[in-house]
Amino acid sequence: MQQWVLNQKKYITLTGGLLIAAAFLSDWWIGNAALAERALIAASVLGVAPIAIQAFQALKVKVVSIDVLVTIAVLGAFLIREYEESAIVTFLFLFGAYLEMRTLNRTRAAIKNLTEMAPESALKQMSDGAFRETSIEEVDIGDVLLVKTGAKIPVDGTVTAGEGYVNEASITGESMPSAKWPGANVFAGTMLENGTLQVTAARVGEDTTFGKIIELVEEAQDSKSEAERFIDRFSKKYTPMVLVMAVAVGFFFRRVDLAITILVLGCPGALVIGVPVSNVAGIGNGARHGILLKGSEVIRNFSRADTFVFDKTGTLTAGNPRVTDVQLYTDEPENVFHYLAGVERESDHPLAKAIIEYLGVSDHCPVESTDVVKGAGILAIAGGHRIAVGNVALMKREGIPLTGNIQDDILRFEHKGNTLVLVSVDGELCMLMGIRDPVRPDVKEHLQRLRSLNVKNLIILSGDNQGTVDIVGREIGSVEAHGNMLPEDKAQYISRLRQQGRIVAFVGDGVNDSPSLAQADIGIAMGNGTDTAIETSDVVLMNSDLGHLPHALGLAKAITRNMKQNIVIAVGVVIFLLANVFLSEWMNMSVGMLVHEMSILVVIFNGMRLLHYRLR
Amino acid sequence: MKKAVIQLETLTCPSCAQKIESGVKSLEGVVKESVSVLFNASKVKLNFDDSRLSAEEIEKTIRTFGYEIIKSQVKDL
Repeated sequence: MQQWVLNQKKYITLTGGLLIAAAFLSDWWIGNAALAERALIAASVLGVAPIAIQAFQALKVKVVSIDVLVTIAVLGAFLIREYEESAIVTFLFLFGAYLEMRTLNRTRAAIKNLTEMAPESALKQMSDGAFRETSIEEVDIGDVLLVKTGAKIPVDGTVTAGEGYVNEASITGESMPSAKWPGANVFAGTMLENGTLQVTAARVGEDTTFGKIIELVEEAQDSKSEAERFIDRFSKKYTPMVLVMAVAVGFFFRRVDLAITILVLGCPGALVIGVPVSNVAGIGNGARHGILLKGSEVIRNFSRADTFVFDKTGTLTAGNPRVTDVQLYTDEPENVFHYLAGVERESDHPLAKAIIEYLGVSDHCPVESTDVVKGAGILAIAGGHRIAVGNVALMKREGIPLTGNIQDDILRFEHKGNTLVLVSVDGELCMLMGIRDPVRPDVKEHLQRLRSLNVKNLIILSGDNQGTVDIVGREIGSVEAHGNMLPEDKAQYISRLRQQGRIVAFVGDGVNDSPSLAQADIGIAMGNGTDTAIETSDVVLMNSDLGHLPHALGLAKAITRNMKQNIVIAVGVVIFLLANVFLSEWMNMSVGMLVHEMSILVVIFNGMRLLHYRLR
Repeated sequence: MKKAVIQLETLTCPSCAQKIESGVKSLEGVVKESVSVLFNASKVKLNFDDSRLSAEEIEKTIRTFGYEIIKSQVKDL
């Protein structure tokens, strides 16, 4: 029965509204006050039923909820025959709750869209070898699953058969599909764009990277800062206080109407909803932009950050060296490339990988013999020619003449921060390459935008030598750049900054900077699908795009501002209403309820603005 | 000991969350510190002693407060 009444709330609200309208019509047009009174009584009784049930349930577990206040107020109004007030108050309360639900659902939509991306079913291999569709809960570690084109990968696992292209945007933010073949790792929640894969499950459900992201976002939107916990504790004691105050006022002035008015006016409606609304809308906005903000406390600290410390490799730079500058000294570059591809494909040195990547998939010359000269390069015989690939020292050892303009090129390349690789064929220099880990595009602009958000200090820390770090620092126009730093040096440096009273955000790739991530006030990880980064940090930039960092900071500031506005609105409304009980003539229960419900909608709409927040 | 994650219909008032929390905490066999009601996610998470309490009883308690249960998962701890 109770359940049934609660389920009919929508219709009860509607009927209540119609009855009130009918009552006013009959009073004004027909002049039948008795009929109007009956309609209002009906509306009150109908309307108070669901509220009273909720109040009763709350009292059973010793919670004095808003429902309790409203129920007592309505009963009181009934007692002193203020049927108009009781009818309107119940209607406004129910209608307000309905609007609240509708608007609240919209603020939560961004995060809901994310959680709905979680895979729900899978094609699992049964004992007879055939694949059958099962619900995701029935998939265990070690099961073999079939994924067809257009389907979501249901688990984290390893490809055991088949080939295909997977869009991993939901995990890494990278929109270019990634090729998968047997042995490759795949992530739950990513989309197979073409091909067919068989995948052995390694992690399922909440243990997958995607599951962890969802759990994290869900926890984040409900996590509370110190200030919010205070409001919670306050409102738990506040409602009984209002009850006591109403009784006291009632006794003192001998006026029931005043007492019940205070009950309604004292409702803490907008206060308890205002802060969670800002939170959920803000975190939802972040989630849509690939920014995970881990809760309210994080948002507050982040919004105050004045010092940003960056790890260089993998954060400001892409993390893998590339051939960025090339100078040729030969008329037949194809031949040189041919030999070079042959020599370099035998090596797994990072520089060799960069060179192979630069050459592309060209055919290569078979290599007859190779000799690795440690710290200098490779000497090889390929196609009957003597090939030397390495640094300047290797060329000098080989007695290869470096003329004046070659010397100039070398200086020019070095000045840009390149590691140099020279190639000679049969004692003659043919090619000069500059290899470096280039700074990500637009880093300078992103840092500029951080500065315009009141970030005072930008600092680079790196394990590379000071020269390389200085060059990167100059390139992006940063202020301070420190090289030769081990992970523990970085953490120490950050703790010194904090001792100076700065609020430090550390941005790293999350692979080897966990000490710094933990030491900083705010640890920001470039998460490219690594769940350690997701776990150890406070903020995760899902697609490793520094461009989202200014948005993240701006958003954190906007959320904090929004929360403060909502608190001011909520507290302001209660003070305004209570003051007017004593100072004005026009204040009564109905007006109080109307203002309350409106203030609730105002804070929800205010919070909703965060869904559309953009950094200007 | 088991861990239950219960997905409820959309919660709309913070006091609902408070009600459910106090209600679930009052059950014998529920680890009080483990109870968390996620208001925005409309989820209840808790650990309980399955020798003293069944998941069905927890669900029933929540239902009597007037909240529908959409999905409930119980895992061993």
